[in-house]
Amino acid sequence: MNDITNQSLDEIIKKIKSKEISSVELTKLFIKNIENAKKLNTFVTTAFEQALDNAKKFDDNPNFDQLLPGIPLAVKDLFCTSNIRTTAGSNILNNFVPTYESTVTKNLWDNGAFLLGKLNCDEFAMGSSNETSHFGNVINPVGDKLVPGGSSGGSSSALAADLTPATIGTDTGGSIRQPASFTGTVGLKPTYGLCSRWGIVAFASSLDQAGPMTKTVTDCSLMLEAMSGFDEKDSTSIKKEKEKYSKNLKDNIKGLKIGIPKEYRVNNMPKEIDKLWENGKKILKDLGAKIIDISLPHTKYALPTYYIVAPAEASSNLARYDGVRYGHRSKKGKDLIEMYENTRSEGFGDEVKRRILIGTYVLSSGYYDAYYLKAQKVRQLIKKDFDDNFTKVDAILTPSTPSSAFKIGEKTDNPVSMYLNDIFTVPANLAGLPAIAFPAGLDNKGYPLGLQLIGKVLDEQKILNIAYAFEKNCKFNNEIKKWWV
Amino acid sequence: MVGMSKDKFDYFIKGDKDNYEVIIGLEVHAQVLSKSKLFSGSSTKFGGEPNKQVSLIDSAFPGMLPVINEECVKQAVRTGLGLNAKINNYSVFDRKNYFYADLPQGYQISQYKNPIVGEGKVLLDMPYGSKQIGIERLHLEQDAGKSIHDLDPSNTYVDLNRSGIALMEIVSKPDLRSPDEVNAYIKKLRSIMRYLGTCDGNMQEGSLRADVNVSVRKIGDKKFGTRCEIKNVNSIKFMQMAIEYEAARQVELLESGKQIDQETRLFDTKKNETRSMRSKEDAHDYRYFPDPDLLPLKLEPSLVDDLKKSLPELPDKKKERFIKDYGLNIYEANVLVSEKEISNYYEEVAKISDKKLTATWMMGDLFAMLNEKNLNISESPISAKDFAELIQSIKSGEISGRIAKEVFEIMVESGDNPKKIIESKGMKQQSDPKELEKLINEILKKDKGKVDQYKAGKEKLFGFFVGQVMKASGGKANPQLTNEILKKFLKK
Repeated sequence: MNDITNQSLDEIIKKIKSKEISSVELTKLFIKNIENAKKLNTFVTTAFEQALDNAKKFDDNPNFDQLLPGIPLAVKDLFCTSNIRTTAGSNILNNFVPTYESTVTKNLWDNGAFLLGKLNCDEFAMGSSNETSHFGNVINPVGDKLVPGGSSGGSSSALAADLTPATIGTDTGGSIRQPASFTGTVGLKPTYGLCSRWGIVAFASSLDQAGPMTKTVTDCSLMLEAMSGFDEKDSTSIKKEKEKYSKNLKDNIKGLKIGIPKEYRVNNMPKEIDKLWENGKKILKDLGAKIIDISLPHTKYALPTYYIVAPAEASSNLARYDGVRYGHRSKKGKDLIEMYENTRSEGFGDEVKRRILIGTYVLSSGYYDAYYLKAQKVRQLIKKDFDDNFTKVDAILTPSTPSSAFKIGEKTDNPVSMYLNDIFTVPANLAGLPAIAFPAGLDNKGYPLGLQLIGKVLDEQKILNIAYAFEKNCKFNNEIKKWWV
Repeated sequence: MVGMSKDKFDYFIKGDKDNYEVIIGLEVHAQVLSKSKLFSGSSTKFGGEPNKQVSLIDSAFPGMLPVINEECVKQAVRTGLGLNAKINNYSVFDRKNYFYADLPQGYQISQYKNPIVGEGKVLLDMPYGSKQIGIERLHLEQDAGKSIHDLDPSNTYVDLNRSGIALMEIVSKPDLRSPDEVNAYIKKLRSIMRYLGTCDGNMQEGSLRADVNVSVRKIGDKKFGTRCEIKNVNSIKFMQMAIEYEAARQVELLESGKQIDQETRLFDTKKNETRSMRSKEDAHDYRYFPDPDLLPLKLEPSLVDDLKKSLPELPDKKKERFIKDYGLNIYEANVLVSEKEISNYYEEVAKISDKKLTATWMMGDLFAMLNEKNLNISESPISAKDFAELIQSIKSGEISGRIAKEVFEIMVESGDNPKKIIESKGMKQQSDPKELEKLINEILKKDKGKVDQYKAGKEKLFGFFVGQVMKASGGKANPQLTNEILKKFLKK
């Protein structure tokens, strides 16, 4: 039996279908990889026994018509999984075992996949480097001193290290796209409302979206197709027909208009990012796309707007972790208030506390109008920027991050420099638009860099197609040596 | 303090220096009648075993999301229409953030800036005339759970059965001026909502409770005084007591040259006093913001129109009709429309019997009996059909009013039909003139002496003769006929 764990999900599915490998054999290969990769600290909880049971069930009674037949998948530990501990990377949910399954993971299981384990992430998805997790930082397989990005850092790392054939993350301000770029993988944040939020531990409800993280664009289309869909349990879910992203994936992008927003050429942007972007434009142009310069004038307000809206919602969303009904409860405290204070002091890490404080502040009487309300207004302007331009262009091409993966500990003392990492990714969240990050080259240190395509609302197919065409024509090689084994 | 005279409003607080007017505004919390909660499918039934009607949403498990219950929205719109209020086709759910053990989410989903119902009005019939009370708004919100502090000396228990049940908060304008008006207002609101079937109005079970805002001002002053809010009062009697105490307290403060602090107070029902709960400075900062888990609530105008069309006849309309069609006076009409079930009973009886007599008998004997037995009208031992027969028997002269009372008693005890009782007990009124003449003749013959006295001018004896006739007939002699025949005979 050949080790096929380094292959794409699409290739693996072909081998399952052709019975070249059984689901049990495949699952055992991934389990072996995971056991050899403890150094990377990607898994918070494993579900090997259950995975092998499910693999055997599949092999005994296979259904090859499913999108993900007999495929073991590890998922970000922000998705509630029935009877499997779900921590959100936090001490406050250290012992929390849901009795229910998130809609998105259920959709995956309904399409033939099963759970392999739960992947490390920044605490409550608050972070850009996976250094805020209660379960320790995750290491980027690209280099042993590098962060894997965040907040879906366990997901990006596990994927790049062949510990799962594909995975899912959540993206509130770039938490799928930035780690994808840091690891040379593909990550897509769907249109707000395309994937149900039901059963996902909430960070900022108006921004959170689940999405696929994969090795190829084809895999991305497959995963998106499996996980998305209307859910009446989520009031913000979009009611529409399910799309066949994988079947409709095309690499012909002739005549498509690609917008290049001048505001994304930020001060101090490293030359190699600029070069990457130029090269991306060239590849798309050579494929017959038209490159059009555009302006998104409110871009510079996106980051401050995001860092008001997201903490505001988070401060309220995280109020439920009070030790009364589930999760960590402090043994100290002589009355209810002290119990709250101790529970939350012990349960939350510094970054989460920082954001709860910011969020509480911007919603406070006397500050609400100046911060929260103003941020909501600016958010509308940012959205309008995109609406105006999408009458002229089909998609917008930008870098996905201002740099490649940085060193562990490099930015932990400076939250603002950490926040700046989200500068290219937050506008799509604020506007609710789909955006895909895909590998586009390496920097001079040999670390992967990514580009981002932002599409119109529900225009996932188009940005997938463009990324697909790009992928076929970009000589990107993300050979990762398994130094951790 | 000065009481209320029948036809003139004169409730004010008498201080040493001035007389004060009392200004009252109410925030009524009415539990929406619906099978399930505002944002979850859990049952809303009262009195269940603790924590058995709680979903993952009600207990705020990670990743749970609220989904609006359409029936609760319809109930709020119906109530708004019943309050002659503006229905807002666009409304927004906000989060009201605060920590408490019986508030699982750490916030209450409520409506802050954009409520589902805007301004409306309620009409009160006071002894001194009709009075309009303005409604400021009505909004939907979640109820909290219950903290139980007295089960254990060192622990508090939490029951989340109530957590997430839909409440309508109905905010009045500061238009109320006396405890009596508050009584009339609450009863009217309750009546309207019970007609609509939007709230059962059961104050013992907490389905209807209120925060009471009280301030005082010198008679003649235009500016309102500083108000205090008395939280969560759950009976009309307590509201009235709290207002009287609070108004007197405020007047005392003002008269002694002190200021009133705007604050939230609690009414201690045992000591009959209000106590400070928290001052304005300590007031919660609820950090309201639109709930990102819920889209703004947009109502189709057609939905509102349909609800409007399907609205039942409400007490004000019904009262007018009762006055016009049944010749009732305002007082009778008010009493008979106060509860939908009472008005239905009345109409069922009145459509086949004398309308006025029905009103008199319902408000008299029937209500007295129900009151005594602590029953409501739908539990009445006398059906509307039997009651109608009783009224008919009185009206036709078949039985006298006095006999009717006896028949009524037997109906209550036996549940029998009045015709059957009258017949089997031979209670029919003696209305045959010939029979009566014969009987009266005999009586007069027996008491020749008294007849002579009467004829000699002692006319008071007429009553004596009537009594004799009634005694001899076992009370069944038709009183009117008896009078006529006696007069005729005694003239001779």
